[in-house]
Amino acid sequence: MRLGIILIGVTVTVLLTIASFLTAGWVAPPIDVSQSGYRGTGMAQFMNPDELHSLVRANEIPEAPYPLDAVDMAGPRASEVYENVQVLGDISVDQFDRLMIAMTEWVSPEEGCNYCHAVESLASDDIYTKVVSRRMIEMVRHINTGWSDHVAETGVTCYTCHRGNPVPEEIWFTEGEPNGARGMAGNKAGQNSPAESVGLTSLPYDPLTALLRDKENIRVASTEALPADNRRSIKQTELTYGLMVHMSEALGVNCTHCHNSRSFYDWAQSPPQRATAWHGIQMSRKLNVDYLEPLQGEFPPHRLGELGDVAKVNCATCHQGANKPLNGQSMVQDFPSLIGPTITTGQLKNTYYQHRAALGGTPTLKSPETPGE
Amino acid sequence: MTDYQNIFTRVQLKAPVHAGVSDVIDTQGERIGTPGFEYWLGKIGNAQLGPIYLGWTGVLSIVFGLVAIEIIGLNMWASVNWDPVEFVRQLPWLALEPPPPAYGLSFPPLNEGGWWLMAGFFLTASIILWWVRTYQRAVALGMGTHVAWAFAAAIWLYLVLGFIRPIMMGSWGEAVPFGIFPHLDWTAAFSIRYGNLFYNPFHCLSIVFLYGSTLLFAMHGATILAVSRFGGDREIEQIVDRGTASERAALFWRWTMGFNASMESIHRWAWWFAVLCPLTGGIGILLTGTAVDNWYLWAVKHDVAPAYPEVLPPVVDPALNTQ
Repeated sequence: MRLGIILIGVTVTVLLTIASFLTAGWVAPPIDVSQSGYRGTGMAQFMNPDELHSLVRANEIPEAPYPLDAVDMAGPRASEVYENVQVLGDISVDQFDRLMIAMTEWVSPEEGCNYCHAVESLASDDIYTKVVSRRMIEMVRHINTGWSDHVAETGVTCYTCHRGNPVPEEIWFTEGEPNGARGMAGNKAGQNSPAESVGLTSLPYDPLTALLRDKENIRVASTEALPADNRRSIKQTELTYGLMVHMSEALGVNCTHCHNSRSFYDWAQSPPQRATAWHGIQMSRKLNVDYLEPLQGEFPPHRLGELGDVAKVNCATCHQGANKPLNGQSMVQDFPSLIGPTITTGQLKNTYYQHRAALGGTPTLKSPETPGE
Repeated sequence: MTDYQNIFTRVQLKAPVHAGVSDVIDTQGERIGTPGFEYWLGKIGNAQLGPIYLGWTGVLSIVFGLVAIEIIGLNMWASVNWDPVEFVRQLPWLALEPPPPAYGLSFPPLNEGGWWLMAGFFLTASIILWWVRTYQRAVALGMGTHVAWAFAAAIWLYLVLGFIRPIMMGSWGEAVPFGIFPHLDWTAAFSIRYGNLFYNPFHCLSIVFLYGSTLLFAMHGATILAVSRFGGDREIEQIVDRGTASERAALFWRWTMGFNASMESIHRWAWWFAVLCPLTGGIGILLTGTAVDNWYLWAVKHDVAPAYPEVLPPVVDPALNTQ
């Protein structure tokens, strides 16, 4: 009897210990600490050097197919030689071909040209991926010309997100309600699942729909010492907290990368990265609403989410664990056509609508909401 | 060979079961259950189990407590679609959430926080009935009511978090969810929303008494164990009849830190530290959102939070530029 109890106790202890080592997401020592603020304020970044090495390996960039010289830039325009070139028509044929080779390498290295182009006619828009990639080229140009506050001179290319995958690995869909929440009990109130989207915490598992697609308020703390008119609730705070955990996981950084944790809300004490991140949030909202959601009608059902929504971007889509995507290596300088002319979003939308109208489809563009904070 | 030296011995005595003080039996009715001995209980305390007196407060307290746990547990189980494996696997994440803030203080539909209100009612009723029981049992034994009032300090913090403060804020949504990780995430979110609770002076006091309690407990426990070989285990007798154990313990602390508590006062130190931890903590929570909305700014205003030299380039809120 006594021996039995002891044996049970020892077994349970051993199992719990093993379970805690296997499940808790530990980072093994050594941990390198780099101080990023005034001494004693806890402003520091932590990184295991082995993880740093694997991050470097994971972010090696592909070579450009061949160098671009002045001869390539001259010559006939793509629109003069090829049919149905709607976005890249103003660049030279050589430059156009080179970009197509690179894009195949970036997006569909195994599937090849025919992932987007119909075998019988390269000009055909029959395959949905061609329509989508045309819009994605417009999106890349929009990011590189309109969001230098976030992407700086580094810019983005298709590879920043795709990394050799036809569908980028880090995409997200709006989360449906779990089964149990539909009866008269068991309402999770949108949280309390070990969700990867919020780093396995019990925070709201879909902070992205409200905060990276819709423009709901992210700021919760008061800017005055005493109560005034701030009615933000703890539940709203948990939503913000969930987004912040997502950002931390996506960038592989601590809170102190962007915040002085003694006063999270205070811009004056925040590292400059916080302003960059703020523009990133605005950019994600813009891309999701203006570029990705309007493509909903193009995608076949198996590419859509549980609720029929289109795949969207979040911080991880580009960052993939690095605080600068691809560790800050710029690829776009080799592909000036992806920087493109400065085109306002309004014009881009019009191009898109004209294109859609020509195809006889009905675009489902979400009406832009009033800018949030 | 082990021999019996003091009451801290690891040797377990076998004696006839102790029925308790006889005049209490006469005035309060019989206790229930046949008393027995359990070896493993003897390892950590008195080996005798029972008899037990529940009374109507004890019975109702257990019933109400079970109702509360049932409501919480069944809601958690329902939230994983009645899957027993997922219930166990996700248990630390699961919770019964309070109503969304939009419902204010009204009674929401059951699955929108109504269950939470009911669970809270039954849990509170259970706790308060158990408090009445601790008070009544102490009086029946002719004891002081120190235990009941210490318990009341914890109930104060519980009521502030789940009842008094939500009412003052006008929303049940301000209250804490019933769940393991969810209540911890709630705590972190609470601090973020109200500008860092570490700058709340009552939170500071509460931490002082929390850590102070563990320190005092360690000092006192260690001291008594260390002098039990001189009879220090009979510490209550030593309050009125100071012996060599008490002398040595006192001398030890006077030698090491210049001051010593007495056999009597150390227990008042311990009681007050323990009681003041939830008492001050409850005041700190009660003031949050009602009297102070951002504790960091409050601390700046009152010269509590220092300003550090700027070592990073200044940052301006980008939202101000684009509006």
